[in-house]
Amino acid sequence: MSLSQVEAADTALEHPEEASAGLTRDAFRRLRRNPLAIVGASLITVFVLVALFAPLLAPYDPVASDLTDIRPGQFPGPSREHLLGLDEQGRDELSRLIYGARYSLLIGVVSTAMGATVGLLLGLLAGAFGGWVDSLVMRAMDVMLAVPGLLLAIGVAALLGRSITSIMIAVAVVNVPVFARLLRSSMLVQGRSDYVLSTRSLGVKRRKIVLGHVLPNSLAPVIVQATLVLATAIVEAAGLAYLGLGSEDPRIPEWGRMLAVTNAYLSSEPLLALWPGLAIVLSVLGFYLLGEALREALDPKLRR
Amino acid sequence: MLRFAVRRLLLLVPILVGLSILVFLFVRALPGGPETALLGENATPQRTAQVREAYGLDRPLPEQYLRYVGQAVQLDFGTSTRYRTPVVDEIQRRFPATIELGVSAMAFAVGVGVPLGFVAARRRGTWIDNLSTAGSLLGIAIPVFVLGFLLKAVFAVELGWLPVAGRQDQQQFFGADHPTGFFVLDGLLTGDLPAAWDAAKHLVLPAIALGTIPLAFITRITRAAVLEVVEADFVRTAEAKGMTRRVVTRRHVLRNAMLPVITIIGLQTGLLLSGAILTENVFAIQGMGQLMAGAIADRDYAVLQGGILFLAVVFVLVNLLVDLSYGLFDPRVRESG
Repeated sequence: MSLSQVEAADTALEHPEEASAGLTRDAFRRLRRNPLAIVGASLITVFVLVALFAPLLAPYDPVASDLTDIRPGQFPGPSREHLLGLDEQGRDELSRLIYGARYSLLIGVVSTAMGATVGLLLGLLAGAFGGWVDSLVMRAMDVMLAVPGLLLAIGVAALLGRSITSIMIAVAVVNVPVFARLLRSSMLVQGRSDYVLSTRSLGVKRRKIVLGHVLPNSLAPVIVQATLVLATAIVEAAGLAYLGLGSEDPRIPEWGRMLAVTNAYLSSEPLLALWPGLAIVLSVLGFYLLGEALREALDPKLRR
Repeated sequence: MLRFAVRRLLLLVPILVGLSILVFLFVRALPGGPETALLGENATPQRTAQVREAYGLDRPLPEQYLRYVGQAVQLDFGTSTRYRTPVVDEIQRRFPATIELGVSAMAFAVGVGVPLGFVAARRRGTWIDNLSTAGSLLGIAIPVFVLGFLLKAVFAVELGWLPVAGRQDQQQFFGADHPTGFFVLDGLLTGDLPAAWDAAKHLVLPAIALGTIPLAFITRITRAAVLEVVEADFVRTAEAKGMTRRVVTRRHVLRNAMLPVITIIGLQTGLLLSGAILTENVFAIQGMGQLMAGAIADRDYAVLQGGILFLAVVFVLVNLLVDLSYGLFDPRVRESG
């Protein structure tokens, strides 16, 4: 190999990273200018802080119940001691909401991470090997996608029994095909690009091309998707809890279940339905707005 | 066009085979079988054996699977252990409720979303545009069951404007004739207008709850598509030719902008099934979602096996219809076939 060839190879190898670093910086600058990204990031920050510092923020123990003031179908509303009133078991509603953030965040993050890990591994297998591996993996994903997502999640949750862990797994399973498909198609696009062709023509090993170039360059849509999936994971987890598939321990303050429980008191205590509903919407909105803003920032086509 | 449809239908076969195996194994992996759900934890071994034999659960798994597939291709999904009725009858009874809900939700989403997105694009930057953009961002973030619950709390429980639950007032219309199972249509067909009106009122809140997320997506996509199309050369040409704005809008802008909108409608129709499970739960509508959720709780193997397979077929067929409908709007698709 002559010196000029080596140099050419070096530039070809350096080029994608250089470009992607520039793109990342660009994207971050665009992100900071987008008011929706700021709103989304703020909502997420508040949500995470509340979850982290729940023991400091909550005025009462979220599971301690005091039935002295509770009459059937009538509970003390907001007061100076209990800002959002008491629930049907005489527990402080605000404290339960604050602790509920922990469960929502935990379930959302863990299930997204699990779904993304398995999905990305499958997508990597399919995208890197192609051929029958690709066919096999993708047909399996098709089968999973042919079942309505929530039904799949309900099924998995039923299979594993009622617990927080099974909700996490159920939500993760639904998202596996999403990540697998995304990474695969993103890798296919990258695989056909000129820089891969030039790297391959320089004799770089296939494994190095896939892991060193194609994979890192295929990750941008995955990051966007992960943020959006976090939003849907929180919704799905709350939905499963709402349907009664969450933890068997009724004391656990989970927003979806808190909402479902108020069904019986809707006519006398409608506000108790509003708070958990609002909490779910705001946390979901945060991840959703940030995800959308990220998508806009990373997609050059949307630059305007 | 026809070849495309046939090829897509053939692709359904491997998916269904895979799915049938998966569903078959899944229901048998559920802790506690139908005999426990039917007889309780303290059933005698003899009774348990009797029940297992009656439903063919004592046979080896491969034999059970082959029989299930053999019957399924004849549209026989066995007998529900919970209702003691054929699964096909149960699906036939429940499915119209889900379709009725899904169609009215989609009608709401398309009926409001397309005009709203169009107006927002045409009045870009005005308060109408900003309001619809903010509304659609919020709309996507509100989970179906939260919105349904809040709508129910406000409009049904607090204000009493609309019914709280169910598909029809059971006291007033008990024993009403239901030739099709679609309650609004049934009322119109049998000439019972109050019954049709009552059924329609029962649909309003569930349809809004289920239709809001698709509405938000459709509004956004319509707006984006119209904005893109109005800048296209052929629109400028059409305007330069002296065509009136209305003709340009109808013939060029709307028709071209509809393509991405149909894609979104198709994607959202698939998601509707998930949302319907929750909506049916919030408003106590006895549709497919309630049937499936109940079947998982009761370990109703036959209903689960038949129902999931049925829903998957519906899901794939809906997506096929969506793909075919591109041809209606785009001659390029029609001709390439």
